[in-house]
Amino acid sequence: MSAWFFRRCLYAIPILIGVNLLTFVLFFVVNTPDDMARMQLGVKRVTPEAIQKWKAERGYDLPYFWNGDAQGHQVISKTIFFQKSVRMFVGDFGRGEDGRDILREISNRMGPSLAIALPTFILGLLVTIVCALTLAFFRATSLDFWGVVLCVGMMSISALFYIIGGQYLVSKTLRLVPISGYSETLDAWRFLVLPVVIGVISGLGASTRWYRTIFLEEVGKDYVRTARAKGLPETVVFYRHVLRNAMIPILTGVVVVIPSLFMGSLLTESFFGIPGLGSYTIDAIHAQDFAVVRSMVFIGSVLYIVGLILTDLSYTLVDPRIRL
Amino acid sequence: MLTVRDVRVAYTLGGLELTAVDGVSFDVAAGETFALLGESGCGKSATALAIMRLLPANGRILGGSVCLGEEELLALPECAMRRVRGGRMAMIFQEPSTSLNPVLTIGVQIGEVLAQHGEFPKAEARRRMIELLALVGISDGARRLDEFPYQLSGGMKQRVMIAMALAGTPEVLIADEPTTALDVTVQAQILDLMTKLQAERGMGILLITHDLGVVARMAHRIGVMYAGELVEIAPRREFFEAPAHPYAQALFSALPDAMRRDEELCTIPGQVPGLGEMPPGCRFADRCPHVMPVCREQSPDWRTVENGHVVRCHWQGGSAGEPCGKKGGDNQAAVSGEPILAVSDLKVHFPIRRGILQSTVGHVKAVDGISFELPAGRTLALVGESGCGKTTAGKAILQLLPVTAGSVRLAGTELTSLSPRQLRAQRRLAQMIFQDPFASLNPRLRVSEIVAEGMRALGGKMSTVERQVAVVELLQQVGLDAAGSGRYPHEFSGGQRQRIAIARALAVRPGLIICDEPTSALDVSVQAQILNLLKSLQNDFGVAYLFITHNFGVVEYLAHEVAVMYLGRLVECGSVDDVLRRAKHPYTQALLSAVLVPRLEGQGEVIRLQGEIPSPANPPAGCHFHQRCAQAMPVCRQRYPEVTATESGHTVACHLYA
Amino acid sequence: MNFQIVLLWSDALLWLLLVSVLGFAGLVLRSEPLRAAWGKIGASRKGMAAATLLVVFVLIALLDSLHYRPRLPDMAEGRPVYGVEVYSLLDVVLTQARTRLEKTYSAPFATRLYAKENIEQADGRRVRDYPRLKHGGTHLGDAEDGVAADAFVTALKGWALALALWILLAAALTAALAWRRGMTVRDSWRPPWRCRDGLAWDAVLWTLALILLLAVPLALLSADYHVFGTDKVGQSVLYQVLKSVRTALVIGLVPTLVTLPLALLFGLLAGYFGGWLDDVIQYLYTVLSSIPGVLLIAAAVLMIQVVIDTHPDWFASAVERADLRLLALCFILGLTSWTGLCRLLRGEAMKLRELDYVQAARAFGVGHTGILTRHVLPNVMHIVIISVVMGFSSLVLSEAVLSYVGVGVDPNMTSFGTMINNARLELGREPVVWWSLLAAMASMFILVLAANLFADVVRDAFDPRTV
Repeated sequence: MSAWFFRRCLYAIPILIGVNLLTFVLFFVVNTPDDMARMQLGVKRVTPEAIQKWKAERGYDLPYFWNGDAQGHQVISKTIFFQKSVRMFVGDFGRGEDGRDILREISNRMGPSLAIALPTFILGLLVTIVCALTLAFFRATSLDFWGVVLCVGMMSISALFYIIGGQYLVSKTLRLVPISGYSETLDAWRFLVLPVVIGVISGLGASTRWYRTIFLEEVGKDYVRTARAKGLPETVVFYRHVLRNAMIPILTGVVVVIPSLFMGSLLTESFFGIPGLGSYTIDAIHAQDFAVVRSMVFIGSVLYIVGLILTDLSYTLVDPRIRL
Repeated sequence: MLTVRDVRVAYTLGGLELTAVDGVSFDVAAGETFALLGESGCGKSATALAIMRLLPANGRILGGSVCLGEEELLALPECAMRRVRGGRMAMIFQEPSTSLNPVLTIGVQIGEVLAQHGEFPKAEARRRMIELLALVGISDGARRLDEFPYQLSGGMKQRVMIAMALAGTPEVLIADEPTTALDVTVQAQILDLMTKLQAERGMGILLITHDLGVVARMAHRIGVMYAGELVEIAPRREFFEAPAHPYAQALFSALPDAMRRDEELCTIPGQVPGLGEMPPGCRFADRCPHVMPVCREQSPDWRTVENGHVVRCHWQGGSAGEPCGKKGGDNQAAVSGEPILAVSDLKVHFPIRRGILQSTVGHVKAVDGISFELPAGRTLALVGESGCGKTTAGKAILQLLPVTAGSVRLAGTELTSLSPRQLRAQRRLAQMIFQDPFASLNPRLRVSEIVAEGMRALGGKMSTVERQVAVVELLQQVGLDAAGSGRYPHEFSGGQRQRIAIARALAVRPGLIICDEPTSALDVSVQAQILNLLKSLQNDFGVAYLFITHNFGVVEYLAHEVAVMYLGRLVECGSVDDVLRRAKHPYTQALLSAVLVPRLEGQGEVIRLQGEIPSPANPPAGCHFHQRCAQAMPVCRQRYPEVTATESGHTVACHLYA
Repeated sequence: MNFQIVLLWSDALLWLLLVSVLGFAGLVLRSEPLRAAWGKIGASRKGMAAATLLVVFVLIALLDSLHYRPRLPDMAEGRPVYGVEVYSLLDVVLTQARTRLEKTYSAPFATRLYAKENIEQADGRRVRDYPRLKHGGTHLGDAEDGVAADAFVTALKGWALALALWILLAAALTAALAWRRGMTVRDSWRPPWRCRDGLAWDAVLWTLALILLLAVPLALLSADYHVFGTDKVGQSVLYQVLKSVRTALVIGLVPTLVTLPLALLFGLLAGYFGGWLDDVIQYLYTVLSSIPGVLLIAAAVLMIQVVIDTHPDWFASAVERADLRLLALCFILGLTSWTGLCRLLRGEAMKLRELDYVQAARAFGVGHTGILTRHVLPNVMHIVIISVVMGFSSLVLSEAVLSYVGVGVDPNMTSFGTMINNARLELGREPVVWWSLLAAMASMFILVLAANLFADVVRDAFDPRTV
C-alpha cells in the first residue's frame, strides 16, 4: 500500500516537470519578456529603458536556462527557468502585477472557493445520482423518455444563461437573496445558496444522462438477473446491486475533480463576486497578469494529479477486485 | 409438480413482435430431472425465463399457464411472484463468472436469499450459509463467505450459485446450461453434486442443455425443442434407444466419435429458421430427410409412439437411421518422411511485473517446454482444459506471440530465429482458424476482401481478376455460394462464417492449419458440417491440422495423434488409439473418464479429480499434477517426471512408468 | 471587376470541411455497413429533424463564408482601389438589416429609442423624450399605437407565404420520391414520405414547415421593424444573431481538424504497438490533460494575443486579424481536447489488437500499416464520429464562456459569446435591456439542441453498447 502510494507519487514527478516545461515554453519562449513588457506598459510608454526597468523589477532580465555571467550554482539558479518555474515546486510563486504575494493570496482565497465548490459538488452528485437512478428505474417508460429529453434540453443551455437567469429571477425580481457578495461570517449562506443551486442545476442535464447510461449498462448484466431470480424486490436490486457496480465508472469521472475543487469556479465566482481562486484567476487573465496565471496552471496540474491518485485509491474501496 | 401448458413468448425486435416460444407444454415431477434439449436459438432459455417470469424488458409472455403445485404463476401479482422466485423455485445460469455480483461478498449474496425467504437471526444465518456451502462441497465455508467472486474458480462459483439457489429450499430448480462454461472434470463434479442434492431433497430439476452427453448423464425425461416448439418428449431409455423425431435422430448422427471415423458425419442441411420467418406447417420440414408434402402445409399434432413417448411428426417410419454418411476414406497412407511441423522444447513465459521499477518478479509459464512432431497431411489434436496453454502454444508456433525459448521448425525451416522479412515468406505455409466465428472476420470488409487478404499479402503478383476467380473457387471449395463474395460477414450465420475463415486460411495453400477450437462455438449439426469439410480438405489437399480442442468426440473423429496438455506441459502423447483407449497418465485417464457419452450405457466409473487446475504462475513443485492425483507417490512431490516412451511412440510423463 | 475576393483562413477551412464531409458521404454510400449505420440515422425522425435544422445553420454559415472587398469609386488612376471593409454574401443578403443603424438601444418592434434625449421640436422648444427611431416602424408615421396590428397583418402575410412555399416544397419532394420509387400517378397522391422505411422525410418536412413559419414572417417584419431590437451602437440584433452562426460553427467544427489527426495517430499507435511508444504517448496526454482546460486555453490565447498585438503589420484588415485570432482559438481548442478521444482510441486499439481477425492478418504477414488501415482504423471510426458530433455542442457552448473570460474570439467579431458578454453589462439598467441577451441565448440554444439531438441519434446508431 505505502509502496504503491510512493510509486504513484514518483510517477507524478515527471508529469509535473512536463507541465512546468510546457508552461515555461508557453509563457517565455513563444513570447519574450520584451513582448510582455510592451503589453503591460502600453503602446505609449514603450521605450527600451522602460522595458528594461519593467523586466528588472520582475526578474525577467535574466537568461532563460544558463547564466554564463554568474558564479558557481548561480549559473543555473540565476535564470528565468529556475527563478520562475523550478521554484514553483517548493511553493514559491513570486508576486503578481499588483505586488502581492501570490501564495498568500491563494491561501486566503481557498476558503471562499471551497465554500461554493464543495456544496455544489456534493449536492450535485447526490441529486444527479438520484435523478439518474429514477430514470433508469423507470426505463423504457414515458417518464424516462421525457426525462432524457429534458436532460438534452438542459445540457443545451449555456452555463452563462443559468447564472444570469438565476440572478435575474431570484435576486433581482424576487429579491430572495443578494445578487452577489461574500461574507466571512456564518451569514455567508445567504450569498452561497444561489450559486450552489445554480451550479447544481447547470450540471444536472449532462451528468444525469451520462449516469443513466451507466446504470442501464449495469442493469443489463447477468448478475442483475441472478438477483431478480432470488426474488429480491426491484428497489433492493437497484440500490444494493446496480448502484454498487455503477459507482465504479462514476468514480473515475468524479473523484479526479475533487482536489480541483480548490481552484473554484471561474464563472460562478466572478458573477457572484466571491473572493475565491476562480475570480482571482479571471481577474489575472483580464489584467494579463502572467505570474498569477502561470501559478494557477501549476497548482491546477498538481491538484489534478492528486485527483488521479485519489481515483486509484477510491477504486480499491468500491471494487474488491482491485488490490494495490 | 411444475406444470407448463401452452406457454408462448414473444420478443419485440425493431418494432416487430417475434414469437420465440410457441405453445410449449411439459411437466416436471418431484425428484425428476426433465431436460429441455435443443440447439441455440430454439427458445429453451426463453422458456425457462418465462417460467421464472424473468424475461428481459423486450420479452413478453403471450399466454399459457405455468403451475407450481396448485399455484398459477402467470396470474400471480409481482410481489407474490417474488416469494416464489428464489423460494419455491430457483434458477442457476450458464456463466457463473458473470452471474455473481462482482462487488459483493459471497456471504452477502447468499444472505440475501435467506433474508428474503426466511427469518433468520444474524448468527443463525451465518451458520446456515456455512452449512449450505458445505452441502455444495465447499468445506472452508466460513472463510469463503467473506470472499468476493473473483477469488473463486469457475467451478467454485457455480457451486456458490447452487448454494444460493438451495438457500430458499426450492421445490424446483431450473438449471440453464449449468456446466457449459466449465471444463469436463469440473462439469462432472457439478453434475454429481446436482444429482446428489436432488436425491436428498426430492427437487424437480428442469435442465436446459444442448449437450446430449449431459442429457444422458442427468435426465429422467427429455423434451426436444426446435424453433420455439417442443417436437418430442420421451423417457430417457426410449429417447436414447429410439428417438422418433427426425431432428432428434439427426442430432445423434451428427455427433462425431471414433465409430464414424471413416465416414462423413450426417449433417442437417440449412439452419434453424429465424424468428420472423417461421414456415407454415412443420418447422423442420425444410431440413428434414423424410419430408412429405403434408409437412409443409400442416403443423403435426402430438402422436404417441409408446407409453410416455410422444412426438410431433407426420412421418411414421421407424427410427432406422439409414447411414447417411458416405465413406470419407481416411488417409492413413499419407504419412511421409519429413514432418511439416517439429516443435521442440517450446516455451512461452509472460513476465509478471511488480514494484517501483516494474521489475519482473515471476513468470506465467503458459507454455513450458513442449515438444512434438506433426507429419504432413495428418492431424494432431492438442487437448487440455482451459488455461492449460494450448491456445498460447498454437499462437506461439505461428510466431504471433514472442517465443521465450525452444525451436519451431516448419517444413524444415527454423521460425524462431527468422527476421520479420524472412518470416513473412514462411507465413504462407501455416495458417490459423479461430474459435469465435464472430470475432475472426473483420466486420468492415467484404467476404471477397477477407478471403483475398492472404493472397494480397503473400500471393505475389496477381491481377484483381485472377484474385476474384481464386476467391470464387475457394468459396465453392468450402461450400459457400460464390454470390456471397460481395456481402459482409454479419449477413452470415456462425457456421458460414467459419467456412469463410477456412477459405481465408486455404487461400495461400498452407501445408499446416492450426485450428483453435473451430467448432466449440457451433451447434452440433453445424459442427458436423465443418468437421466434414475439414476432413475432405485434408484428403484433397493434404493439409496437416494442429487441432486444439477440449472435445474428445471431435478428437476421436478427426485426429490421428493426440497430445494431452496440463499446465503448460505435455503429459501424454501418442496415436489416437493409444491415448484414448490405453491412456497411461492419471490425468488423461481422469479426463477421459469425465467425458460424458451421449449413450445410455458406456459411462464408466468417473475418476474424480480434486480441486481445479493450479495457476500457471505458480505451478506446484515436482509433478504439476500430484496435488490432484490419486496415485501420487512421494517422488511426485519432488521432481518433475521424465518422459518415457513405448515402442509405438506413445510417450508419457509420469513417475508410474519411469 | 467590382470586387476583390477575400479568402479568409477560416473560410478555406470551412469549405474544406464541407468538401471532406461530402467526400465521406460518398464513401458511406459505397460501403454497405456504413450505409446501414447512417441509414439508422436517416430513419430516425429525431435525427432527421435535427439534421434539417443543422443544415439551415450550415447554409447560413456558408453564405457568410464567401468574403469580398467592394471596389471603391475610382480615383484618378486606372488602378482599382478596394475598400478596407470586408463583406460576405450574407452581408449582401442582409444589407437592409446591416445598414439601418439606430443611435443606440431599442426594444424589439419599438418605434422609439430606449434612452431619452433632448429633442428639438419644430417650434424650437427642447423636450427630453424618447426620440423616434430612424428606421424602426417609420412607415406607420404618427400612428405609433398601430404596431401590434400592423405587425400582426405582416406576420399573417408571412405565414401565408410560408405555407405556400412549404406546400410547393412538399409537392416537389412528393413528386421526386414517387418518381424514384416508381409509383404510379394514382398512388402518388398519398405522400410517399409517410412511408416508415428509408429516410424519415416526414420529419424533414415538418421541421422545414416550422423553420419557414418562423423565418418568412421574420424576414417580412424586419423590413419595417427591428424585430429583435438593436444593441448599444444601434445595430440590429437579428443581424448579429445571423452573423454569430458562422462563428459558432467554425468554433464547433474547425478544432476537429486538429483533434482528429492527433488523437487518431497517437491513440492508435499507443494502443496498437504498446511498449515504450505507449508510455511516451500516455505521458504526453497526461501532461496535457493535467493542466486545467480553461487555464491552458487562456494562457495560450493570451500569448497569441501578444503575438497579434505586437505584429499589427501582418494583417490587411481588422477582419483578417479577428479571423486569425478565431483560428488560433480553434487551434488551441483542438490542441487541448484531443486527449479524451486519444485515450478512448488507445483502449479500443488495444482491444482490437488482440482480436482474431487482426491475428489472422498477422498470420498472413500483413504489415503494421496494412493492419492499422484495413483492420483497426475502420473499426474505430464509430468512436471518432460519435466523439466529433458530441464535441461540437460542447465547443459551441465553451465559446460563450471563453468570450466571457476574455479569451474567446476577438471582441470585434460577432459571436454568441461576445453578444452575451456585451448584453450582460446592461442587465443592471432599469428597465432591463433583455432582448440582445435573450436572442443570443435562444439561438445558441436551438443550435446546440439540434446538435445534441443529432449526436444522440448518431450515438444510438453507432455505439454497439446501446440497445
